[in-house]
Amino acid sequence: MEKNSSCCFSNLSSNLPITCFVTVIAIILVRILYVIWRTCKPLRKRTSQQPLSTLVVLGSGGHTAEMIDLLLVLQKNKFTPRFYIAAATDNMSLQKARVLENSLADSSGVKEISAEFMQIYRSREVGQSYVTSVWTTLVALAHALWLMIKIRPQVVLCNGPGTCIPLCVIAFIFKVVGIRWSSIFYVESIARVKRLSLSGLLLYKLRIADQFFVQWPQLQRKYPRAHYVGCLM
Amino acid sequence: MGEAEDGVKPKRVVFVTVGTTCFDALVKVVDSQKVKDELLRRGYTHLLIQMGRGSYLPEKSIGDDGSLAVDYFTFSSSIAEHLRSASLVISHAGSGSIFETLRLGKPLIVVVNEDLMDNHQSELAEELAERKHLYCARPQTLHQTIASMDLESLLPYSPGDATPVAKLINRFLGFPED
Repeated sequence: MEKNSSCCFSNLSSNLPITCFVTVIAIILVRILYVIWRTCKPLRKRTSQQPLSTLVVLGSGGHTAEMIDLLLVLQKNKFTPRFYIAAATDNMSLQKARVLENSLADSSGVKEISAEFMQIYRSREVGQSYVTSVWTTLVALAHALWLMIKIRPQVVLCNGPGTCIPLCVIAFIFKVVGIRWSSIFYVESIARVKRLSLSGLLLYKLRIADQFFVQWPQLQRKYPRAHYVGCLM
Repeated sequence: MGEAEDGVKPKRVVFVTVGTTCFDALVKVVDSQKVKDELLRRGYTHLLIQMGRGSYLPEKSIGDDGSLAVDYFTFSSSIAEHLRSASLVISHAGSGSIFETLRLGKPLIVVVNEDLMDNHQSELAEELAERKHLYCARPQTLHQTIASMDLESLLPYSPGDATPVAKLINRFLGFPED
């Protein structure tokens, strides 16, 4: 008898934290499911012409060239202010973005450019050992989080490679936690004809990207949620 | 450019570019006698190689004895000028080099680097070759491609357009259509 009651008591006391834990996890899961469901749904028609703060992730080389092509046709007054992020090892991309922003300022006659340029640590350099890359990945994540807290973008434009993944994941977490609702757009590189890149595949499968664009019809047939938009270059 | 004077052959440059990569297999094969003979046979007079970070140095030649003139450099800020003055471009499979060449309307042979681990680059070259915008080769088949290519049959590439993406983004965000 005594044995039984003590058993019940210990059951109850050990159950309480577990119940709380399960409830919290359930709430988080429901919220994540809601965010995933809400993602991919177009935003309501805008009545005001309020611009949206925009984060542009520049990939390097061909990725940056494709992104610049896209920026050239976007109406800049709708996507303001603009924050450019490139890998710290990539010194060409931000230079190209600066040239673009300067030419915009020249053509529109606006003195002040509403653009900021930032660099982000890469989690792993080519050839780096896996042991040290655990540490550098943590540093890179902390840095990405710090930049995202500062920017809190409403729109994220990216087209790979890996640099954009931590930023997109953080943007998604911001949606879940309720810090900031953002729309994430991913354009798969023109070099991908038959298979998605790893970053593309992650953002597609995890449903992090609100809209996913591919430049070849073969890919759209394979990934039906993607939008086929033809070649950008 | 390339005026024939006193029976001298007009200057026809083949420009080889590896971009920022290291692609010794390509530099080596364009420097081989087999490929150089074939280029000469097809009427080219100069071979200019941008060799990037590679370590293989081709043999320079001024080509005064009727052979192909060969010159090389590692990097240059004026790749566009070299592309413009070329009669034929042989390039690595990077999308930047491919589209820059196609936009200039230059005949192009893309050589796929088979040593790359993640060889997705061949996808783009093969797709564009299927659409007859360029020729796609491997280092060991380059001389055959040069021998059998018919540059007249290549179709000009009409540059792409990013406005469909911009339209979809605007619509998604609820911006009124212009």
